Amino acid sequence: MKLPGRSARRWLLAATLGLSECVLSRSGDAARAATPVMIGSKQFTESVVLGELATALVRASGSSAQHRSQLGGTQVLWNALVQGEIDLYPEYTGTLEQEILKGEGVRGEAALRKALASYGVVMSRPLGFNDTYALGMKAARAEALGIRSISDLRRRPELRFGFTNEFMDRADGWPGLRARYALPQEDVRGLDHDVAYRGLDADTIDVTDLYSTDADISYYDIQILQDDLHYFPVYDAVWLVRADLKARAPAAVAAIARLEGKIDASAMAAMNARAKIQQVPEARVAADFLSATLGLTVVSEEQGRAARILRRTEEHLGLVTVSLSAALCVALPLGILAARRPRPGALVLAATGVLQTIPSLALLVFMIPILGIGAPPAVAALFLYSLLPIVRNTHAGLTGIPAPLRESAEALGLSPRARLWHIELPLASPSILAGVKTSAVINVGTATLGAVIGAGGYGQPILTGIRLDNVGLILEGAVPAALLAVAVQALFAGAERWVVPLGLRLARKD
Amino acid sequence: MLSLRGVSKTFGQTPAVRDVDLDFAPHTTTVLIGASGCGKSTLLRLALGLVTPDRGSVHLDGERLDAQSAPALRRRMGYVIQDGGLFPHLDARSNVGLMARYLRWESERTRQRVLDLARLTRFPEDALERFPVQLSGGQRQRVGLMRALLLDPEVLLLDEPLAALDPLVRAELQDALREIFRDLGKTVVLVTHDLAEAAFFGDRIVLLRDGSVEQSGTLRDLVEAPADEYVRRFVRAQRTLHITGAEAAR
Repeated sequence: MKLPGRSARRWLLAATLGLSECVLSRSGDAARAATPVMIGSKQFTESVVLGELATALVRASGSSAQHRSQLGGTQVLWNALVQGEIDLYPEYTGTLEQEILKGEGVRGEAALRKALASYGVVMSRPLGFNDTYALGMKAARAEALGIRSISDLRRRPELRFGFTNEFMDRADGWPGLRARYALPQEDVRGLDHDVAYRGLDADTIDVTDLYSTDADISYYDIQILQDDLHYFPVYDAVWLVRADLKARAPAAVAAIARLEGKIDASAMAAMNARAKIQQVPEARVAADFLSATLGLTVVSEEQGRAARILRRTEEHLGLVTVSLSAALCVALPLGILAARRPRPGALVLAATGVLQTIPSLALLVFMIPILGIGAPPAVAALFLYSLLPIVRNTHAGLTGIPAPLRESAEALGLSPRARLWHIELPLASPSILAGVKTSAVINVGTATLGAVIGAGGYGQPILTGIRLDNVGLILEGAVPAALLAVAVQALFAGAERWVVPLGLRLARKD
Repeated sequence: MLSLRGVSKTFGQTPAVRDVDLDFAPHTTTVLIGASGCGKSTLLRLALGLVTPDRGSVHLDGERLDAQSAPALRRRMGYVIQDGGLFPHLDARSNVGLMARYLRWESERTRQRVLDLARLTRFPEDALERFPVQLSGGQRQRVGLMRALLLDPEVLLLDEPLAALDPLVRAELQDALREIFRDLGKTVVLVTHDLAEAAFFGDRIVLLRDGSVEQSGTLRDLVEAPADEYVRRFVRAQRTLHITGAEAAR
């Protein structure tokens, strides 16, 4: 005799196995590495190059080091440092004064060191270059309009500004600049840094913010507008290091100090140009600089494409399977609750619906204060995103069972629990499976954003590719992500034979 | 004995059943008849506790039906609905044996019981492994009946069991059902809207109108001594429609 409850039980079994497998492999990963020095860098090439320099120096000093490349913006890095997710990262004094410690009115090196000490953070001496904000436009256009300084922009209110999102929001960015220069322009929008350069080239914007050591200044033939009112503060590059690192890895702290005063603006711009325009991997750019400047021989680790894709596939699958399995374990009972108890059910449906409306990037960033950076916050965000389709389809599947069938089961004298396992869940299984499939496909796509907070996966090459304007790299992430989504679809088409009872499949063909 | 005592039920604003008192004596067949919406199906659902009455109560052999007693009492009543109400994900054998599995019968006992029921209802043994979608309408109804009879209940409640069938299959099943009712000696309550069918099965016919009992008695009572004008009209309408069928059945 065919056992009616079998398919329902398979569900739980599959979910539990998937979850425990992933948890095991994750904890295995963590145990393998012996607490390396964690180095962070922001989401732009110069920061990544500096991060590679620090990584190479720490490794050369005999400590192990790990570079969490292009983690995000200033707040993400600063919080990660204060919370101990990373041990050091390159920062700029202007950013410290104007953004990180802006409420504290800190001015000058001594005050800065003192303020940082209260966070358990030590600042190195300047590395040697001042990477300040600047405004720039295409040289030809600037010349045609007769614009040399930022003050000249006042005469041209029709100009279109495209600023990086960070510059738009920072106190020392666009709001302050507009006030100081009384700029009249209305057409101002937020863009990614690299998109802004292409926008200038394509004549969709006229003016953007940039850094004075940007590799692209000469490449795109950009005229830097003179800051005639001396608005932008000095942005000396420094290392920010957790105070406790000195006790844990004194050699590492000494090693990165060797770069103090060694990198001038032209050297930095040259490194940026090599990495960004000539597409030399940052690790090699850093290694070459260290060899030329400090006479240090560094073996830069470079992985082949296949190895890279394999590693990212593992990371991506880890994010997806852990978050999806956890979502299944939570969403299935929630969906059942929603179907059985209409009042709390409406609440559950509304709450999961609201979760879905939070922009995915925002949700990822919300998770950082709670779970830090890397895979855990990404998994948590993906988990929350995966809830709604499963909850909704479980609810719809259960409430969609025809009343005569529900009543027949009740009239037999089966207990509510037996009705759920033997009748209702099997009947709802096609709908539930469709919900899980939707969740899985959304999950595979959204997981690419995890790279923004250091979770790795296919988003990593996409992020790097956008930063370096390298279509090949973008495809290296986008193509496997698309293939994975297709594979997930196929997997669930196969799972249907296994999960949905034969009688229902026959009925559908009829 | 199954009894309804002063039972009323209102859905939203619409009263479905109003203050109904009915006793269903053992070994008799009672047919509930009336126009659609008269509350005859609701009465069966009230008897099973699928619907909770606003007022009044349901008793089986003196035991009152409530949330506590419902599962146990339901196992002493079999319920058959139009088209069988079979679970599409279970084959015929699993549909019939569902409660046996739930009550952890020995598999040999279940097998034997299902086989006996298949013979009783003249359901082909080799069709037991088929899914509902692979069965004919008449076969589905036989499986529904087998499922209702599995635990050998005292009471059998049938809600328009033959309405979805074509005339030939319907006549054949009518014969089979009447035979089964007689052989098993159960308390049978059958809902139909067809007076000919009611006359064929019923020791007693209960005519319902707007949730109340209009008249209760034999076919002869309804025809020869209608309680009021509505009963007269109801009988006349049905007799003109089914006059040849009724004669053929005799």
